[in-house]
Amino acid sequence: MAGNSTYVPATGFTRWLDKRLPILRLTHDTVSTFPTPRNLNIWYTFGGILTFCLGVQIVTGVVLAMHYVASADLAFNSVEGGIMREVNYGWLIRILHANGASMFFLAVYIHMFRGVYYGSYKEPREMIWILGVLIYLLMMATAFFGYVLPWGQMSFWGATVITSLFSALDQVIPHLGTAITTWLWGDFAVGDATLNRFFSLHYLLPFAIAAVVGLHIWALHIPGNNNPLGIDVKGPQDTVPFHPYYTAKDAFYLALFMILFAAFVFYAPDFFGNPDNSIQANPLVTPTDIVPEWYLLPYYAMLRSVPQKLIGVLVLLGSLVTLFLIPWLDSSKVRSCRFRPLMKQCFWVFALDCVLLGYVGSQSADAVLNLGGMQLPLVWLARAGTAYYFAYFWVLMPLVGRIERTKALPESIAKSVLGTAGERI
Amino acid sequence: MRIALPFLALTLGLLLGGTATAADDSAPLPVEHAQWSFEGPLGTYDRGALQRGFQVYKEVCSACHSLNLVAFHDLDGPGGPGFTEAQAKALAAGYKIPAGPNDKGEIFDTHGNPLTRPGVLADHFPPPFPNEEAARASNGGALPPDLSLIVKARAGGPDYVNSLLIGFSQKPPHGFTVQDGKFYNPYFAGRNIAMPPPLVDGSVTYADGTKSSVVQEAHDVVTFLAWAADPNLEARHQMGLEVMAFLVLLSGLLYLSYRKIWKGQH
Amino acid sequence: MATAIKPEPTRRDFLYIATGAVGAVGTAFTAWPFIDQMNPTSAVLALASIEVDLASVQPGQQVVFKWRGHPLFVRRRTPKEIAEARAVAVTDLIDPLARNANLPDSAPATDANREFKPEWLVLLGVCTHLGCTPTVSTPQSPQGDYGGWLCHCHGSQYDTSGRVRKGPAPQNLAVPPYSFMSDTKIKVG
Repeated sequence: MAGNSTYVPATGFTRWLDKRLPILRLTHDTVSTFPTPRNLNIWYTFGGILTFCLGVQIVTGVVLAMHYVASADLAFNSVEGGIMREVNYGWLIRILHANGASMFFLAVYIHMFRGVYYGSYKEPREMIWILGVLIYLLMMATAFFGYVLPWGQMSFWGATVITSLFSALDQVIPHLGTAITTWLWGDFAVGDATLNRFFSLHYLLPFAIAAVVGLHIWALHIPGNNNPLGIDVKGPQDTVPFHPYYTAKDAFYLALFMILFAAFVFYAPDFFGNPDNSIQANPLVTPTDIVPEWYLLPYYAMLRSVPQKLIGVLVLLGSLVTLFLIPWLDSSKVRSCRFRPLMKQCFWVFALDCVLLGYVGSQSADAVLNLGGMQLPLVWLARAGTAYYFAYFWVLMPLVGRIERTKALPESIAKSVLGTAGERI
Repeated sequence: MRIALPFLALTLGLLLGGTATAADDSAPLPVEHAQWSFEGPLGTYDRGALQRGFQVYKEVCSACHSLNLVAFHDLDGPGGPGFTEAQAKALAAGYKIPAGPNDKGEIFDTHGNPLTRPGVLADHFPPPFPNEEAARASNGGALPPDLSLIVKARAGGPDYVNSLLIGFSQKPPHGFTVQDGKFYNPYFAGRNIAMPPPLVDGSVTYADGTKSSVVQEAHDVVTFLAWAADPNLEARHQMGLEVMAFLVLLSGLLYLSYRKIWKGQH
Repeated sequence: MATAIKPEPTRRDFLYIATGAVGAVGTAFTAWPFIDQMNPTSAVLALASIEVDLASVQPGQQVVFKWRGHPLFVRRRTPKEIAEARAVAVTDLIDPLARNANLPDSAPATDANREFKPEWLVLLGVCTHLGCTPTVSTPQSPQGDYGGWLCHCHGSQYDTSGRVRKGPAPQNLAVPPYSFMSDTKIKVG
């Protein structure tokens, strides 16, 4: 960023400011003139969309916190009675926040799959990817804490089940897991103390996310954007300034995304919800099927695919830790799957595998699939899906890069986009 | 996509086919879909059904079921049953709200009954039982759930509650045992329900002359309970229309700007 | 991009201006729910009126109720207090207006304009200076020189009609909207 700034302060005030806090210079260099590959497609607009999602969640969340009461006795009523009925526009702000979480995850999944498909995690962009995975994990933690706050049945039992994962440590060191869950709960079960600390953390973590997003974007500005071709930028003819080209493009796709968001908010606000969460938490009655929010279902399926508690937890942990390592697991020199015929197949199978795992996670643990007379317990599908999930990263990524014949890469971005290099600039 | 295709087929098959559930006597029937005025993106509540449904709740359901989250001032609020303020005040005044302690610190009157006062618009519907234990004791150990969110709190929503209310008319299949003190209802999980059939033809006498069949009563009270669970539905649908129109306009303008800026660049 | 100097907006600029304007209008409308949510809820508004039973208030006594989150002074005045209040000329007052929500804004601050029945004075117990609660004056424990109230925060003094007589307070104590439902019951709000 530094060194080749083209910013020229125009007025006396901006000249004064530029010497003391060069914030306008920073904005100018990182947004306005930032050279961006000219061939970014629709899948590259999700970075902007995700920033929007984070903003919506923080603004609506801060407002909800003005009316929410973090107490096991009052939380449910403060949401369902106070916010949803009595606070002016409280219903709107709450369904924006609840559906906003789903929209956030939808966007982050598209963003991540895009990164995997075009090899955006590969050298020299490893740090962007790692920070992105960190954001994703923080999002999952934030969403989990947030889901507990309305204090419905699924809130309570979801919190119980997820925190109980730590009790698996009892199998490593006796009593260690129990000690940790008790510490997490601040009680002998999920209760008032748990709700209050989850509320505190739910309010805190989004700001941690915002900070890591800052690092993520900083890291992005060092090598610049990858692109659908996966080849490096060779000169100015390959790029356009971020503004107005990508601000305009991002704004248009953001508006389309907002239409989707609004459709859920206004016409299907409970689409992603669970009926059981409209019942106040009851520590004495467990709902018949505990289901996490849709965006966590694949991990839930992997967890349940293993009959042994500790190993199940390790599989879950491994599935997440693996994500950090993929810049080094993928052996291919070519980034984009456009030029990797074999990896492209593996990628789409992986995408479907995640959908399959999500489906299995949404079904009850002992469900059986009836395939024309053949009885297939879903747990076997979960196992196959889990196996492929790990195989994709640990076997296919290292192997396919060594054996596949990649297609010829285009000479340059400009040539690929405009026909001949730089002619029409 | 060659490798991916069969996989795609399998995934789609799963998503569409669903899992098989063991077909036994106690599995509940799938709910019957009914027509609701509040369905769809332009749906609104039928005022007549809301007022009749409120009557059914008041005269039948409220004997056992609370409606804790609903306040009397909701009855004359926008998007609700459309009672006038005077009607809502009169309805509220007909309820006794716990009032103790008084100036002398007493919580019981001279007959030993808890002190009460007539309800006002700010009050919520008082529960029929003072606590969960009393509710269970009066209902054979079962707890009649609060109805404020019942339509949102059950899979199938209004269709489920409606099916359940009219499902009492069905007879148990031959050999099905209905447990002691329970009733047969094919839409309830386990098909044994502790609630006695709440509605009969003519349970209430409608002021507007509508014939009070079980089906009509169920339809009305489900409409009322749907409103109780989602009182801002009409405001939401209205705002949705405005927001959608705005976003389509904005997207159109943003698209034209985007195309113009990019002209000749790709 | 374009290098030529453009003295007035072109059609192309018009599109961008229109897009920006529509976006700005949308943002403004979006802001409203986030502002309005801080206003009192429907539950608070439904509680905005209360009924007060006067039966137990003795002559010379003041009872404090809570109305819209503020103290509500209900004072049953003695004939002496009434006479003192009536003897004051409006021209001697710091604030010559009645400040009675039940009368027009221009009503003068005569004692008769401060109540419905001379015996009953109903006031919002909020000092008009900076919102502290004034202390009531009784023969046993006089507060200030005018027999009414003294605000200890900054020394404002009120007479037996609740009118400011001394100190930094700019206005008389406010009379809230109320009405007599019966001889011993008022409805406030």
